[in-house]
This record gives sequence, C-alpha cells and structure tokens, in this order.
Amino acid sequence: MSEIQFATPQTVKEAVKCLAGAKGKARVLAGGTDLLVQLRAGFVRPGLIVDIKHIPELRKVKREDGGFRIGAAVSGAELGANAAVKKAWPGVVEGLELIGSTQIQGRASLGGNLCNGSPAADSVPALIAAAATCHIAGPKGTREAKVEDIVSGPGKTTLKPGEFVVSFFLPKRPKRSGDAYLRLIPRTEMDIAVVGAGVSLALDSKGVCTEARVALGAVAPKAVLVKAAGKALVGTKVDDAALEAMAAACRDACKPIDDKRGTVAYRTKVAGVLAQRAARIALARATGE
Amino acid sequence: MAKHHVTTTINGDPAEFLCETQQTLLDCLRDELGLTGSKEGCASGDCGACSVMLDGRLVCACLVLGVEAEGATIETIEGVAQGDELHPLQKHFLEDAALQCGVCTPGFIVAAKALLEHNPDPTETEARYWLAGNLCRCTGYDKIIKAVMNAAAEMRGA
Repeated sequence: MSEIQFATPQTVKEAVKCLAGAKGKARVLAGGTDLLVQLRAGFVRPGLIVDIKHIPELRKVKREDGGFRIGAAVSGAELGANAAVKKAWPGVVEGLELIGSTQIQGRASLGGNLCNGSPAADSVPALIAAAATCHIAGPKGTREAKVEDIVSGPGKTTLKPGEFVVSFFLPKRPKRSGDAYLRLIPRTEMDIAVVGAGVSLALDSKGVCTEARVALGAVAPKAVLVKAAGKALVGTKVDDAALEAMAAACRDACKPIDDKRGTVAYRTKVAGVLAQRAARIALARATGE
Repeated sequence: MAKHHVTTTINGDPAEFLCETQQTLLDCLRDELGLTGSKEGCASGDCGACSVMLDGRLVCACLVLGVEAEGATIETIEGVAQGDELHPLQKHFLEDAALQCGVCTPGFIVAAKALLEHNPDPTETEARYWLAGNLCRCTGYDKIIKAVMNAAAEMRGA
C-alpha cells in the first residue's frame, strides 16, 4: 500500500498545482468530516490529500457587490457566528448549522457539504434556492458555476480533475425577501435528512411574489431546483392555493429512493409539506413578521 | 515518504510527534503521545468520545488528521484538571454519578467545558442540544445533564 502524500498549499495557485501534479487520485480536505470517514472505511485511497484550509480566501466571509463571498472551508460554527450573513440569508445558515453535532460544526463546511455529493446534504437546497454560485479554480484558470450544476449524482461532481471550489457567492438580497430551509428527520438532532426543502422568495410592495426558488434534497439522486414550484408562487400573494400548487410541483419533482428511513410515497408527500412550511417561514421573513 | 514531523501545543505545552498522513489526531494523541484520555468510540464522528478542542473549536479528534495539528493549539481531557484540583465538571460528574463505564466521560467533559465557556448559563435544552454529539449508552443522560447544570451553577457562583 503506497503512502498518502499530504500538502498544505498557502494560495489557490499552489493548490491547483498540487492537485494537478498528484500521483494517483487527489482529494481536497476542508473540514474532513466526510473524507476521514471515507478514508477509514477504505472507500477512498487517494495518492494525495490537499488541505485547503491554509489558503486565506477559503476561510473568509466578506461583503461583495451587496452580497456575501463565503470561503468554501468556512465552518458551520464560524458562519453561524456571522450575524450579517445570518440576517441576510438565514435559510442558508440554518441549513449548514443542521449538519451533525457541535463537534461536526467545528469543521464542516459549505464546500465539503456540496462536493461530498450527498443527495441529502443539508446546506445544498438552501444554497440552490438562494441562487448561490461557486467560484472554482483549476488548471485552466477560474470559472463560476451555479451550485445546482456542481453535483451530478451521489458522490459525484462535475468538477474536472484538478478543480476545487474556492468560495460561494450569495447575491444581494432584494427588499422584502426571505429564505428558509427545513428538513425532516425522525429525531430532533444528529440525523440525515429524509427530505430537505429550501425556499427563497421576494415580494413587491403589495406583497405579490416577484421571484421564488424552491429546491429539494434527499428526494432524487441530487438536490434539485424545482423551477415549476418557484413559478407557482410568482405573481401570487403566497396564499394557500399558491402554496398547494407549489407543493404539487414539488411532489412531481420527487424521484426518491425507497428505504427504511422513508418510503417513496412518504418522502414525496413530505417534500410538499416541508416546502410549504419553508415557504411560510420565508414569507414571514420577507414581510418582517 | 518519511513520516510527517508535527509540532503542536497540547494543554499549553509544546509537543511533537511523527505520523503518517492517514493517522487521525486521535491515533496520534493515544498511540504516539500516550494521551489515552480521549477515547475511540465510533471513529466516525458520531459518538463524541474523542472530543478535543482544536484552536478553540470543539471537534472530534477522529475526524482530524494528525498532520493538521501542525502549529495548532489542542486541549484534551488531560488538561482539564489543574494538578490534583478537579474541574467543577469533573467534580460534579463524580458527585452526581454521571458515569458508569466511563468511556464517554472525557468527551462529555471536554464538550461541556466548551459549552460553559461559550454559554455560562445554559438552559437544560441548550445543554442537551450542545451535547447531542456525545453518546452515552449507560446513564440515560439525565445524570450527565444534572452534573453539567450543577457545575455551571457552581462556576457562576450561584
């Protein structure tokens, strides 16, 4: 068994060079809460582990163009302590903060949660609903991508060899807008989503919804943006009829697995219910209630 | 490749050890440094028996690579008592019979200490949520929570 090399690049450029020059498969290490479990179980045997936490922009949260730039390795505990992000995008922060225990929150990151590729990743539906984008670095330079375009299936991403996510951008919040994320688990803490639902919406001065994005987790091979669900809210006052139309669109988008944690019928029904509840929270936040 | 030479600070003292990339911080603490207070329960971040502080954050040492300790500040259960003087949490765990087999206890004490530094006056619900990542298969948790609440009260001078 060959030894695993370890690198701690100090810049994005150095990290790209490390990843490109790796003998065997390279794995990026952020919080390690998934990678170390996979290493121990023998699911992965990389030739190189690249710890990206020494790169300053991976650990920073800053304002940008009225929104926020969040380093891909910022931990849940760090983001949860950021009052400005929490105020603007409470749904995104509550999604990340739902992951694991206090101990996991000390390490787990948005970048890791996304790139691990779990269909049940709690921060991902909220990021998709928020229309968040990723800044990606790789051997051919940098590029921007929508969060919903990163994961291609369970454990798989569209990142090309040598590419990694440097940061996320959360856009500027329009006035009268709000977001929320909810998940269903059979207990109150420390579990993996049976269904997750993220909703972000904005209203005009008369309370009519002008834009809405709804994303679901754990009901398909990857988190899905349900465009029809968002459309069902736009032009309405997010009343019961609109919410039911949105829930129906969510149910239509579900292609869940069937297992002991939730049958297909259960997950499908709950997806509609959770999306409705998340939309009501987002609405209350948008109206300042 | 030669082993990594890691220089770090543990419980206020400089420490160094050699490790391979895949060795966890928990492996290094226990097997390389003889600090066997941190326990291995699940080795997958679920049970919290290996809870330590890494640069001021509560983490599972089983989910940290040993080489990540380079230049870091680590606090373990071995640093909680001051010489023979037990920390109020340790005292109350004993007085309130908050342990049976004891494997989870170091993790609970490290995690509860982090809680009380962050929030000296937690509600019982806050304490239970903060400690949700620490599993105990003996006590049923009530005595642990009681010990944490009593230690918190003592530390506040209440």
